[in-house]
Amino acid sequence: MKLVESRTTLTITYVVLGIGLFVALFPIALLVLNSLKPAAQIVQNPLALPDVIRWDNFARAWKDAKFGQTFFNSALLTALTIILVCSTASLTAYVLARRKVKSWKIVTFYLLGTTTAPIQLFLFPLYFGGAKLGLINNVFFVAVIYTAIYSPFAVMLLRTYFLAVPREIEEAALVDGASHWQVFTRVMLPIVSPGILTVALIIGLYSWNEFLIATTFLQKADKLTAVVSFFLLSGQYSSDWGEIMAAALIIVLPVVILFVLLQRRFIEGMAGGSVKG
Amino acid sequence: MHRLYLVPTLLINVVIILIPALLTIALAFFRWDGITVPSFVGLGNFEALLGDRVFWTAFTNNLIWTAIFMIVPIGMGLLAATMMLVARRGSTFFQVVYFLPVVIATAITARVWQGMIYSPVTGVFGLLNRMGIGIANPLAQPSTALYGVAAVDLWHWWGFLCVIFFAALRQVPQEQIEAARLEGATFFQMMRYVLLPGIRPTITLMMVMTIIWSFLVFDFVYILTQGGPAFSSEVLSTMAYRNAFYDLNVGQAAAVALVISCIGLVATFFYIRIQAREHEHEAG
Repeated sequence: MKLVESRTTLTITYVVLGIGLFVALFPIALLVLNSLKPAAQIVQNPLALPDVIRWDNFARAWKDAKFGQTFFNSALLTALTIILVCSTASLTAYVLARRKVKSWKIVTFYLLGTTTAPIQLFLFPLYFGGAKLGLINNVFFVAVIYTAIYSPFAVMLLRTYFLAVPREIEEAALVDGASHWQVFTRVMLPIVSPGILTVALIIGLYSWNEFLIATTFLQKADKLTAVVSFFLLSGQYSSDWGEIMAAALIIVLPVVILFVLLQRRFIEGMAGGSVKG
Repeated sequence: MHRLYLVPTLLINVVIILIPALLTIALAFFRWDGITVPSFVGLGNFEALLGDRVFWTAFTNNLIWTAIFMIVPIGMGLLAATMMLVARRGSTFFQVVYFLPVVIATAITARVWQGMIYSPVTGVFGLLNRMGIGIANPLAQPSTALYGVAAVDLWHWWGFLCVIFFAALRQVPQEQIEAARLEGATFFQMMRYVLLPGIRPTITLMMVMTIIWSFLVFDFVYILTQGGPAFSSEVLSTMAYRNAFYDLNVGQAAAVALVISCIGLVATFFYIRIQAREHEHEAG
């Protein structure tokens, strides 16, 4: 693409983009910087470089936020959600993309509709009903709730991957005597596996970061997710912000590393699922 | 046979979303504390809402929120996206950095802003105060609390729009841009007559989504201010949450949820119409 490219235009362009960089990075820089400082120094000046690097912030954060337990809880919840979403959504996306059923249109629009439903529309009966059935503090139940909320997005995204598969491949397999189920599992799934990986990454990110459902349904100390545990730790008044930022960094770091390594998948997936439908 | 493939998704969806949603609609006409037997009150919950000052504050706040998010992040996103188009080099790098705030958990973003930026003790605002630049913690003032929260959500959100707009801008046919260039179009003419019209469907879709999302906003308000001080930053979703889980007035909460849903429904209608056009288009 060639737009007007005088030296001034380019300068202004990079200045604007640079301001954008600063806006995006400034709070993140504060997070990293202050996770290394003692609380007393943060009070003096949150912008200053650390005098001494306080690695023990991380050790205390790990212990106080019970990350040993809560990281495991988050990982379990995330893994369960990914498995549930990928397995159910790929089935649905295949049927909808290929219009295998007459009602494909209604189902598609029903699913699109539920993506915009406010969580409060179903939260209260779900909570009080769940409480009656003893499902509060049940990780599997929360994974099912996440699946319900995220699967329309996953279906819409996977649908575009199934659409890109030539029909001839499917027909050839059927002619060779494969059953419909074999066509789906042996032929279609391997072809769309990049799409499934993208969905897994994004759903993993959403479940790892989710707050509202997790804080409502997982309240017992040994069932908390890492994010909720961080929220509770940072809500106490006698707060040591060095420790809090260290806890924040522990949660954010794996996510950010994964994102930077696989940025193309994340960005295309998140943009594709919500824009292209 | 293929109908069976739909069963898992639809079963989970119906049990978790549809049935509880229908129950919520019913609950809106009952008084219920979540434990005892609900008692029918007709439109009582809605009448109570109409007379509730907090409800109107929350509703107005959602409207203000929508207005802010229709303009600021969409404008920022468009600006940065077009600049990336002009710069050409480094667009991947800029995209990744702008997108970083999107992948950080809301609870963490909220605490970083609260403690490291807004706080009069540990934050940058406190530092500016000590340097003699009088600047108050926006979250502590009723007149600014909502904007203080909105700023955090803006930071978290604009990169997403930027990346989406950039993806759309790259789809604008090269010939149109070339033609406009040959005719000596300035940058602003290029924007006005070629680029913006070229990505109009994307902008429309993002505006519709902004309306829907603006009435769903919850995390940042709940974590940063709990709707305070004095309900000044309350929005409908935090009001519903508080009604249900703190006041144990579930019927009232259901009524608020219905109000949110009705507004969402109108926007969803347009959303599905836009998506339907897209589907016809791509499936032929």
